[in-house]
Amino acid sequence: MSTFEKVVEILVEAKDLEAGNITETSTWDDLGLDSLDTVELVMSVEDAFGVSLEMDETMQTVGDVVKAIEALK
Amino acid sequence: MSFCILGTGSALPSRIITNDDLSQMVDTSDEWIRTRTGITERRVCTTETITDLAFQAAQKALADSGSSADELDLIICATISADYATPSMACTLQMQLGATCPAFDLNAACTGFIYALDVAAGYFSRRPDQKILVVAAEAMSRLVDWQDRGTCVLFGDGAGAAVLGKGEDLLAIQIGAKGNITSLYAPNGWGNSPFRSETMAKSYLHMDGQEVFRFAVTSMVQTVEQVLAEANLTKEDIAYLIPHQANIRILDSAVNRLNLPQEKCLTNIAKRGNTSAACVAILLDEANQTGKFKKGDLLAMTAFGGGLTTGACILRWSK
Repeated sequence: MSTFEKVVEILVEAKDLEAGNITETSTWDDLGLDSLDTVELVMSVEDAFGVSLEMDETMQTVGDVVKAIEALK
Repeated sequence: MSFCILGTGSALPSRIITNDDLSQMVDTSDEWIRTRTGITERRVCTTETITDLAFQAAQKALADSGSSADELDLIICATISADYATPSMACTLQMQLGATCPAFDLNAACTGFIYALDVAAGYFSRRPDQKILVVAAEAMSRLVDWQDRGTCVLFGDGAGAAVLGKGEDLLAIQIGAKGNITSLYAPNGWGNSPFRSETMAKSYLHMDGQEVFRFAVTSMVQTVEQVLAEANLTKEDIAYLIPHQANIRILDSAVNRLNLPQEKCLTNIAKRGNTSAACVAILLDEANQTGKFKKGDLLAMTAFGGGLTTGACILRWSK
């Protein structure tokens, strides 16, 4: 499973989103996620990938998170 | 080594502040507050003091336990917002109740009630046959910056109390601390000392919401799993989770990670807000007074707060 697919799986599981609606360019706004949702997403990503991530302004899309994970892997 | 809960009580200020009331004071909205926190209203002290509320909660707990104040062997108050630096809230209560026992306050912020139960357990291990009054009371309206929309919407005032007596109902308890002065803090004032050169940060409560969110969810999950393991129980054995009421989103996330059915998680945050140490004590009393608990029910309590502190315990309800 690619990093992107795993992140989609986490989002679908935690936030009841439709996998088909999530692309690399989806922003948090597009997905209806607020700042606390993104904190939760980071926590789930850390658990799933065994990495330590900081959520900041540079992370605006699903693709940004995927890139950050791959840079740490 | 342990104790049982003989009675509980709680007291709230009469003034209700709604989200719409707050929208008139700071740039926020009912919709924002509800979706981010789960809070619709909170109680705030006006003419009553937090000592008054602590006294009322204590009286109700004593009545519920069938005990009188002169039977008390110790009074512990958990608070970070007492009316006096000295005397302690506990000494003030001792006077008002007409008790004659030792009395002291304890500061573990929002984890205060669980810290106080742990301290009480120590006294019970020294002498099993005694009665201890534990009160958690907070006037958070004294600490928050009413011009900061990020914090003033979150908190409320209130008091909860429990009378503890001889018994074996505390099945496991753990407290922890991870010293930190940046995520969640409220500086004391310097009075008018002419010798103090540096000015401190304003004595309001400051909070890094996202940092605290992460800490809260992680610590709630970990501490509940730890006390379950210590008591040799699984989450299926738990009748109710009684968690600190900081934010409904924290609770949802933690309950989800613990894989607990939502209906096992008691909450009153919608009407009470975050009353710091008092949250767990008020929630316990409200569930007791509405007859929610059956004899033998196993309750898991968990809290986290400034310090940073954490705590959790498993209590058997035997009233």
